[in-house]
Amino acid sequence: MDEVLRLRGITKRFPGVLANDRVDLGLLRGEIHAVLGENGAGKSTLMKIVAGMLEPDEGRIELDGRPVRFSSPRDAIAAGIGMVYQHFMLIPVFTVAENVVLGAEPGRGLRFDRREAEREVRELAERYHMEVDPAARVADLSVGLQQRVEILKTFYRKARILILDEPTAALTPQEARELFQVMRNLAGQGISILFISHKLDEVLEVADRITVMRHGRTVATLRPAETSEQELANLMVGRAVQLTSVRPPVERGPAVLEVADLTVQREDGRPAVQGVGFAIHAGEVFGIAGVEGNGQAELVEAIAGLRPAAAGRIRFLGRDVTAWDARRRALAGIAYVPEDRVGTGLVMGFTLAENLALKRYFLPPLARRGWIDRRALWSEAKGRLEAYDVRPPEPGLAARALSGGNQQKVILARELGSDPELLVAYQPTRGLDVGAIEFVHGQILRLRGEGKAILLVSLELDEVLELSDTVAVMHRGRLAAVFPAGEADRERVGLYMTGGRERAQEEEGAGR
Amino acid sequence: MSLGDFLGVQTWVGTISWGAPIALAALGGTFSERTGVVNIAMEGLMLISAFFSVLGAWALHNAWLGLGVGVVSAMLFALLFAWGAIRFKADQIILGMAINTLAMGLTGYLLNTIFGYGGTPVNTPQLPTVSIPLLASIPWLGPVLFRQNVLIYALFILLVLSHFLLFHTRLGLRMRAVGEHPQAADAAGINVYRIRYLGVLLSGFFSGLAGAYLSIGALNSFNVNMSNGRGYIALAAMIFGGWTPLGAFGASMLFGFASSIAFNLQGLGIPKDLVLMLPYVATIVALAGVVGRTTAPAADGVPYDPSESS
Repeated sequence: MDEVLRLRGITKRFPGVLANDRVDLGLLRGEIHAVLGENGAGKSTLMKIVAGMLEPDEGRIELDGRPVRFSSPRDAIAAGIGMVYQHFMLIPVFTVAENVVLGAEPGRGLRFDRREAEREVRELAERYHMEVDPAARVADLSVGLQQRVEILKTFYRKARILILDEPTAALTPQEARELFQVMRNLAGQGISILFISHKLDEVLEVADRITVMRHGRTVATLRPAETSEQELANLMVGRAVQLTSVRPPVERGPAVLEVADLTVQREDGRPAVQGVGFAIHAGEVFGIAGVEGNGQAELVEAIAGLRPAAAGRIRFLGRDVTAWDARRRALAGIAYVPEDRVGTGLVMGFTLAENLALKRYFLPPLARRGWIDRRALWSEAKGRLEAYDVRPPEPGLAARALSGGNQQKVILARELGSDPELLVAYQPTRGLDVGAIEFVHGQILRLRGEGKAILLVSLELDEVLELSDTVAVMHRGRLAAVFPAGEADRERVGLYMTGGRERAQEEEGAGR
Repeated sequence: MSLGDFLGVQTWVGTISWGAPIALAALGGTFSERTGVVNIAMEGLMLISAFFSVLGAWALHNAWLGLGVGVVSAMLFALLFAWGAIRFKADQIILGMAINTLAMGLTGYLLNTIFGYGGTPVNTPQLPTVSIPLLASIPWLGPVLFRQNVLIYALFILLVLSHFLLFHTRLGLRMRAVGEHPQAADAAGINVYRIRYLGVLLSGFFSGLAGAYLSIGALNSFNVNMSNGRGYIALAAMIFGGWTPLGAFGASMLFGFASSIAFNLQGLGIPKDLVLMLPYVATIVALAGVVGRTTAPAADGVPYDPSESS
């Protein structure tokens, strides 16, 4: 096969960081080539160089054997390289066709020919087997379809090399599988695909070759048949990693959290959570899976006391806490790890010591007669930062100076440090790399072992399946299904996630 | 005076002439805001143009040349505003207020320095009022629509052109893309800065026409603070009109109508100051009723910084 793209000795330095260190990579025609690595391994930098958003300090890019230089994304697009960003570059109020043709619109003179645009997009969609309605508003499409629009955008500009940056991050398992089908289809038509990911199973499933990056370097290029998840994980992290957390059996205690008929409203008054009920016991991880926007955020906030319950009851350790505010619930023993570290979890401009004291600064020993005791704040912070392995363990450092993984450790140190009975965690590993995920999962299982109750809400299905004793699926504000851990598998849970309750039951009926 | 007199021909003629300068500025405002720049400086741009139109018409003995001087002056100040707002990513509201304050001081100073305390000369040329043959003699409709200042006709033509430009051209699609999602527009190869400069400059052009209408269209003189808040009303009309040229025009005419009624009511013994509040009260009521129901361009008022893209 011919090599369409070759990177030779690509080096890129940022102040204080060597983001890419003499990277070599080859991409064949019609190949799906995965680039695997942790956050900060240099994958994104490398892809931005290929897409013309950054220029390398050293090294060169060759297309079809000829060296090229890109000084802007326009150059890369003109050379046939299309990039689909993790955060879509789509205009929600525009139609599919308008989004696809933007920047290269058909028309005569000044006039924009909307009908011609729709016709061209329809043709393109048919040619690559990516059905989508050109006249639909992008805001009305599912995430999976929006991704198709992004891919069509690159083909409208005649891309023959497609870069997909963490394309499955926001997809359900079913949508991800459809995407893989599309990718194989495209590869079959001679399109070459660079597939950025940190998910081991996906990479093994869809890639023809896998290049692993670590600390800015390519450490290996392998074929899926020749390797395993364990080997890839070890290569990524650079040490032996414990991939799956083992859940030792724990004796289940009394109910810690009981939620009954809970209804919670959105800002606009429409119900986000409708009549949800469940109980979590001591020593139990209760996991809720679901596609984003199905009421998980509102449910979690209602339990943490940040959003009022429109109807229903929340009981904690036998007491009705429905009317309690967030502070009272926190002091009673409900720990909360929010989804948004930067906006809700931490005050970025505060020091680590201040962040650690946010929920108890008014209590002794941190405060005396209304005055905060700085020294007590400091020494307590020092101890917690070390206990939770925050690097660097400097109480005086501003929260924004830390990496995402270390920020999350600070939140865990604050929330778990005061010995809670219940942990409410929403997307606790979002955006973290393998090492940090290992730590967070370890903490959740440690709490479980200590007989605490844990509510884990996550969009990462694998995370829910791996950690939970009970798996619930949330869809359109309701719990569509609840399984004991042994009965929940990716397929069944995934079907409920997309609202296929009837479909799911049918298939199960047919399967029996 | 009966109700019939209130809704008579004079009220409608008044609606157009009170509404026209607001509508002109509001049309320009849609371009600025659709590309993502909140242009509160329209007030100052109008005032600048109102003064320089008179100055130009007087000095060059020609109202048309005066119009040109006025519009160009407004566009130069719009360029200044755009430079600060786009190139230096200044807060658009504060920068706009600075332009407005500057316009107020500069025109007041120049009025006194150039023309003295007697004000602008009475022999300053004025833009003509044109009766369209035949059409002007239609009862009611004739005087309201076809016996008007040239700038009113310009307004109608520009209204249609603006709508076409924004919603039926490639440039319009790109302008709206830049105001909604500049990162996406940039990734599609569109020069975000250039489009935003164009939007603000168009706004300057329209505000310039609006200012010229005040000083050498409806009158042939300039007074201190002649725009008198119309730029702000235009901004409100544009929001009320849902960031579309047709909507902005309709909303402007609503304010024109309120002003026209207020003007007529002055003769009735109701305290004048109270009556003159009417259009502003109408603005508050209209905005209170509509805000939250229409959606602004997503990136309206947010400076574009390419390094912040994901």
